[in-house]
Amino acid sequence: MTDHQLPPSEMSLEWLRSMTLIRRFEERAGEQYTRAKVGGFLHLAIGEEATIVGTVAALRPTDYMIATYRSHGQALARGSEPGRVMAELFGRVDGLCRGRGGSMHMFDLQRRFMGGFGIVGGNLPLAAGFGLTSDYLDSDDATLCQFGDGASNQGTFGETLNLAALWSLPVVFMVTNNQFGMGTSLERHSAQTDLQRKGEGFGVPGLECDGMDVVDTWAVTTEALRIAREERQPVLVEALNYRFRGHSIADPEDYRSEEEVLEWSKRDPLVTFGDRLVAEGVLSDEQREAIDLEAIETVDAAVAFADASPEPEPSSLYDDVYVLSDQVRGWYSADHRGAGLQKGEDLS
Amino acid sequence: MAEMRYREALNQALAEELERDPNVYLMGQDISVFGGAFKVTEGLLDRFGEKRIRDTPISENTIVGLGVGSAMTGLRPVIELMTINFSLLALDQIINHAAHVRYMFGGQVSVPLVVRMPQGAGHQLGPTHSHSFEALYLHVPGLLVAVPSTAADAKGLLKTAIRDDNPVIFIEHETLYGQRGEVPDDPDFTIPFGLAAVRREGSDVTLIGISRMAQTAERAAEQLATEHGIEAEVIDPRTLRPLDLDTILESVAKTNRCVIVEEGWPHGGVGANFAALIQEQGFDDLDAPVGRVTGVDAPMPYAKSLEQISFPHEEQVIEATLALFGDRKRASRG
Repeated sequence: MTDHQLPPSEMSLEWLRSMTLIRRFEERAGEQYTRAKVGGFLHLAIGEEATIVGTVAALRPTDYMIATYRSHGQALARGSEPGRVMAELFGRVDGLCRGRGGSMHMFDLQRRFMGGFGIVGGNLPLAAGFGLTSDYLDSDDATLCQFGDGASNQGTFGETLNLAALWSLPVVFMVTNNQFGMGTSLERHSAQTDLQRKGEGFGVPGLECDGMDVVDTWAVTTEALRIAREERQPVLVEALNYRFRGHSIADPEDYRSEEEVLEWSKRDPLVTFGDRLVAEGVLSDEQREAIDLEAIETVDAAVAFADASPEPEPSSLYDDVYVLSDQVRGWYSADHRGAGLQKGEDLS
Repeated sequence: MAEMRYREALNQALAEELERDPNVYLMGQDISVFGGAFKVTEGLLDRFGEKRIRDTPISENTIVGLGVGSAMTGLRPVIELMTINFSLLALDQIINHAAHVRYMFGGQVSVPLVVRMPQGAGHQLGPTHSHSFEALYLHVPGLLVAVPSTAADAKGLLKTAIRDDNPVIFIEHETLYGQRGEVPDDPDFTIPFGLAAVRREGSDVTLIGISRMAQTAERAAEQLATEHGIEAEVIDPRTLRPLDLDTILESVAKTNRCVIVEEGWPHGGVGANFAALIQEQGFDDLDAPVGRVTGVDAPMPYAKSLEQISFPHEEQVIEATLALFGDRKRASRG
């Protein structure tokens, strides 16, 4: 735990609520996966709640946030309705992306949560693009881009940091160092293990935060965003954290020891922050229990909402492949509906 | 009408759209101070300034991704990749993001992005610098694909591409930049996507030429008429997505024969795709198998003697056409 003062109590309690919601949501998502309600891959953020909530707390509502394939928590922290996040996992019509994206591709434009992205390192150039828009339109908006330690080895990392620095774009790059690129530990995948230094050669200064501590994450990210926004200087923040679950739900975790997981679990961000709030008199045990129950109820309701939401209609299969207009009224395609051609969408 | 080069027509289209919409900006390697590797953007820096005419580092994948991000948030980027060869470095951003974020996110965003780049062989640049990739981009749902072969089409289609809300792969041709053609003066002149051009009317066979090969097909048609008494109808689809299949099918219904000419490789090529579409939709109209003339199924060699026989010329088009009239042996090309 760092020596930052707690923020005002209502703010602290809000962070605890948000972190608790993510934890309970993720636990339930994992459970629903084992019941085959959720398909594909499922990457849970259990253990990384402080990194998510501390980061989101530092952002203005108009700032852009973009993340990785581990993206449920970011959507929830940005304010997306839990029922719609769960419905997306279930592949239902009321999902955030109408069942087109799934776990790895949450997106909520209204809340400027600019997406989960499935390709490691693929989201960095997009973040610079949001930054360019802010710059081009003379707006005060900043962008925060999260990616994992593994992504710092991709070509897009160097290319994007170079461009962001060259063009003075208001972007904070946050490498969430959870110690593993899937099952390959940091010292086995990166020659430079002090990841905050990895931007130096590109003209991007580094900062480090304790990603297991919501207050430290918030404080450091707030400063990074100030630098990006006011000094038009991109910053690289390394958030040190640990995921308590496997890379995805299908991960047997042969690459790390139980002792290591146990050691990190002593720093469980939800437990340590809750304990601190109790110790500093901001939170009673009863309130703590109530916050947890409230989160569980919210998640219950999210599952019920997702369960009740219909499957997408087959007739909607081609929706949103293109923006249709007089210019592009439809397109010829071929599909299973017959030996002949089908027009991809309504040409009327 | 004014006569101008293909590159000047593109330049005019860019200038007019930059003038029309303040959110249009250009980005690419050496496009500002240098004026573009093929001089397409010459003079635009002086006129529009460095905010809107942006030189980039050599980082193709990131440049395209940056364009996608800015397009998702309200700008209308026009990216120049120096040649289509380098677009291979940007395939992740082009396919996974430019083409798919709208669909993947349930229609919450659109990507009004244009990626311009020239393709083509014939300049002795060897295997890495001579590609023709229209088939590659045609493969991807979510992209629009334009392949202009004249100065007027270059201008009219580029203006449409910039105004459209979909991501557009705009494929120019290195050999065409210096060619002159008549181009309308009207600043609102545009050509809609999905409208093929019939370059020559004829009743005996339909020749479909893609990109520069539309011109090769047209020259072959003249020779077929004068030397063999065969009147070929020549169609330039101009855009591959959306495709004006109606014009192609109407022509085939009239001529009962069809040859597709493209510079790219045969397997999974544009001709393979068109041949499938034509036989699915117009089987009863065909008096002969659909013919294809393509680049050879090998990397592009450097030696001039080998390079010149590696992509189609009029002779191969004529040979393949004659084969549809009875002499199959003459159609075989290695």
